[in-house]
Amino acid sequence: MSDATGLTRLATLKDEPPAAMPGGPADPILVVDHLTMRFGGLTAVGDVSFKVGRGDITALIGPNGAGKTTVFNCITGFYKPTEGMIRLRQREGETYLLERLPGHDVNRLARVARTFQNIRLFPQMTVLENLLVAMHKPLMRASGFSLAGILGLPGYRRAQDEAIAKAAAWIERIGLTHRADEPAGDLPYGDQRRLEIARAMCTDPVLLCLDEPAAGLNPRESADLNTLLRLIRDEFGTSVLLIEHDMSVVMQISDRIVVLDYGIKIADGTPDQIRNDTRVIAAYLGVDDEEVAAVEAEVGLAGTHA
Amino acid sequence: MEFFAQQFINGLTLGSIYGLIALGYTMVFGIIGMVNFAHGDVFMLSSFIALIFFLILTTWLGLTSVALVFLIVLIVAMVLTALWGWAIERVAYRPLRGSFRLAPLISAIGVSIFLSNFVQVVQGARNKPVPPLVRDVIVLYENGQYTVTLSYKQAIIMTTTALLLAGFWYLVQRTSFGRAQRACEQDRRMAALLGINVDRTISLTFVLGAALAAVAGTLYLLYYGVVSFSDGFVPGVKAFTAAVLGGIGSLPGAVLGGLIIGLIETFWSAYFSIEYKDVAAFLILIVVLIFKPSGILGRPEVEKV
Amino acid sequence: MAQGTTIGPVTPTVSARAASPLPEMFKDAALFALVTLGLSIPVVAYRTDLGQGTGLGLTGRWGLVAGLCAAVFVLRLAQRLVLGEVSRRRDARTLAAADSTAPARVARPGRIIGPLTLVVALTLPLLAALGSGGLSEGRYWIDLGILILTYVMLGWGLNIVVGLAGLLDLGYVAFYAVGAYSYALLSTVFGLSFWLCLPLAGLFAAGFGVLLGFPVLRLRGDYLAIVTLAFGEIIRLVLINWVDFSGGSAGLSSIPRASFFGIPFTAGEGGFASVFGLAFNPMHRVVFLYYLILVLALVTNLVTLRMRRLPLGRAWEALREDEIACRSLGIDTTITKLSAFALGAMFAGFAGSFFAVRQGFVSPESFNFLESAIILAIVVLGGMGSQLGVAVAAIAMVGAPELLRNLGFLKAVFGEGFDPNEYRLLLFGLAMVAMMVWRPRGLISERTPSVRLGARAR
Repeated sequence: MSDATGLTRLATLKDEPPAAMPGGPADPILVVDHLTMRFGGLTAVGDVSFKVGRGDITALIGPNGAGKTTVFNCITGFYKPTEGMIRLRQREGETYLLERLPGHDVNRLARVARTFQNIRLFPQMTVLENLLVAMHKPLMRASGFSLAGILGLPGYRRAQDEAIAKAAAWIERIGLTHRADEPAGDLPYGDQRRLEIARAMCTDPVLLCLDEPAAGLNPRESADLNTLLRLIRDEFGTSVLLIEHDMSVVMQISDRIVVLDYGIKIADGTPDQIRNDTRVIAAYLGVDDEEVAAVEAEVGLAGTHA
Repeated sequence: MEFFAQQFINGLTLGSIYGLIALGYTMVFGIIGMVNFAHGDVFMLSSFIALIFFLILTTWLGLTSVALVFLIVLIVAMVLTALWGWAIERVAYRPLRGSFRLAPLISAIGVSIFLSNFVQVVQGARNKPVPPLVRDVIVLYENGQYTVTLSYKQAIIMTTTALLLAGFWYLVQRTSFGRAQRACEQDRRMAALLGINVDRTISLTFVLGAALAAVAGTLYLLYYGVVSFSDGFVPGVKAFTAAVLGGIGSLPGAVLGGLIIGLIETFWSAYFSIEYKDVAAFLILIVVLIFKPSGILGRPEVEKV
Repeated sequence: MAQGTTIGPVTPTVSARAASPLPEMFKDAALFALVTLGLSIPVVAYRTDLGQGTGLGLTGRWGLVAGLCAAVFVLRLAQRLVLGEVSRRRDARTLAAADSTAPARVARPGRIIGPLTLVVALTLPLLAALGSGGLSEGRYWIDLGILILTYVMLGWGLNIVVGLAGLLDLGYVAFYAVGAYSYALLSTVFGLSFWLCLPLAGLFAAGFGVLLGFPVLRLRGDYLAIVTLAFGEIIRLVLINWVDFSGGSAGLSSIPRASFFGIPFTAGEGGFASVFGLAFNPMHRVVFLYYLILVLALVTNLVTLRMRRLPLGRAWEALREDEIACRSLGIDTTITKLSAFALGAMFAGFAGSFFAVRQGFVSPESFNFLESAIILAIVVLGGMGSQLGVAVAAIAMVGAPELLRNLGFLKAVFGEGFDPNEYRLLLFGLAMVAMMVWRPRGLISERTPSVRLGARAR
């Protein structure tokens, strides 16, 4: 079985700098390097390193409490990591150390956008307004930091029309044109999820981080989500990093998968590699490595990839 | 040195009163995360209740035993103020659970305005003086020039505060109510699922807070011998400062904060300028909130994303 | 502890509202009356007064207590009966509306009330003159108009901070004070004219807003409220105690009066009346002041309405809804909050310098916490964020008690010493609580989107 070699590879990897990470994506947009996050005495994330390939959809999976959202919060500037580096390199070559940027600059300068596990829309504002808020930076500049805007100068009006056109296109893509002027809080759950993704995309991100985008969706909505994510990757060239529990989503659309357990990375590879990784299976089934074979046999997993 | 010692005693006395009020702030904040802005006015109201019962007992019923009068006034004020606390929570705060974030604070400001003006309307705007109940002092130290004294009033205030704190500490740490209260602080929904009557626990918290404010109110009347409808605001803000300084949500912190504020205020007035003593308290509030919002004994808050 | 940052939908439980039998209602109302009795036992039942002798005397007022309890009993009963009926109907309506796909839109009252209020405001001096039979006789109405408009302007200014950006500012009156003292000092010490001082006062107030805002705007909502309160009190205490600078509690007087763009409102040669060929009338200045505050208020309104459609204004509203989401979208929340704070402070500064020029006298007494609370109450009652609501609330809360004072029949009912102003703040407090309990989004709560896609497509 290839699992054994996979295991040793992972073990040796731990002590090497991530640049030497074999099998990783050739052109990473994001390099997470020895990331550690402690809350008081609790180590939520311990020395995690991985890469997100440019133009890839990378999934971050792991059992509940594995530290996935903490990794996300470190990447998107909500937490300052205790140790480690998070490097983002844009296509033009500018590199940002995300852990050093003030929270909002992670989006404004480094162009990393995110969504939240428990949706965070602006519920009283309309769908269109939600998207316009996401275009704050270009619009602020066009409105001369409000001075030109207050006076109603034409330059701002043009910029606003462009922004509305862009928002309208996204509203169309997520199929909400008929409800564009309704408060976002009135939308059904699935629509809110898609709107949050569209809002993040309106900031023109190079990396989009999605925290459990399929949570609470029905199978049809999940399928729609897959289509939307592929569109984002293929048409907009935006790299995607997502946390997900729904394996049908993860296995279908991910180019790479990183698995965390108890704050430590236990596997990193293509969906096929991950599917066959004993440590991953053990983590998900909650048993020791030695028992995996027994459990696999029990649940009939061994047969599927024999 | 003698001057310092005297001021120290005065500061501790004042601090005891602040600490008692601060407990009300800190408990309510601990359990529902709300700044009970009206608490200072509840304190003022309790002082009026104590005042009226003091007059009934002394002028109408002609009681002369100081200890008896003090005890009855204290208990009656605690009971009636607790009723106010209960009613306020019921009417103005309970319907707001699940409303938007600032709703309880705005409602509390409304209650605060209502209470002070209510007392003004029913009792008039003038200061209400009472004849001093106890005048005796204990001379602790004397050297010809200076005397350091501890008045009976101060002794009563410190003793009452200490006794009540001990009883209160027992209540919160050792009884099922205390457990329920701490459970509600941690996770209200989970507490409800485990069969804790959350509404009643919160109600009781307000009742206890108000009763402690009533103790403070009675002692305040005893100490200063005068009260007016506008006396709730400034002590209220100072007690809140004490709660924040000690670490809001922490009971020992509230008392500690109260003592510190009392001492700072007394020393500030004694050594710098009495005009700016309130400025000192407000400055402390601002500085603590900006630089150490978790206070001395509080736990730092982790932002949930 | 962790309450939602937004107004969560309060799911109505239909069963809980089901009609309760009458005896149960009586019992409930009786319980309310009993609690009222308990609450009023000492403080209402016995009034303390300084008697002839040395100590306080007590006067029993059990009749008043009985009346209070009876009133609470009746009110509670009526509330149960009426509200029960209303909520049952509303439930029926929502259930019916849920069936049809199109949500039923209630016609917005703003369409009629707004323009009507504006027309009345624009023609008030004329109306007052006609109604009272002469300009001088109408002075009361114009003065009342000035008073109301000052609060409307302050309400609109604070609305930027509280209603749009969602920052609870309990020290707003401090900026009003900065504006007033700026004009008072600049004009008396340096002899600057009102028209020069007005923008300066706004800038100073905005500067103070930034100065205060910068360190505190990172704080969570209720801490921010308390810190702004402390700041407001500090400003007032400094004004009281720094006598050399501010005149202490006596305040500053003989502040130059407003001129008509340089032409003074005096009787003699070169005065407003003679320049325009009118007979001298001291009311000219009052009318001028009225229009001055009207223009200032309308500018405040116009700027606010414009800002709502600009990215910064939208960011304010987004900030009110969800600060964390804002940060994830690259919005610098500190700068955004600061801008709302500074703009709100600037309008308070304008209003303050108007206050100083109108009174000719400023003292710290005018800038206490209650004043902040009144302005906040106006914003809250108006429905945070609604411009018209603020105006209506200001008229109701400032104008109504003034008017009530002059109604003779109230005196006949409540006795000669009755002064509605005494009850004004009491009612303010009650109204704030009632508002939070029943209509947390204010009297006029519908939010108008700042931009529409539908209208553009057509």
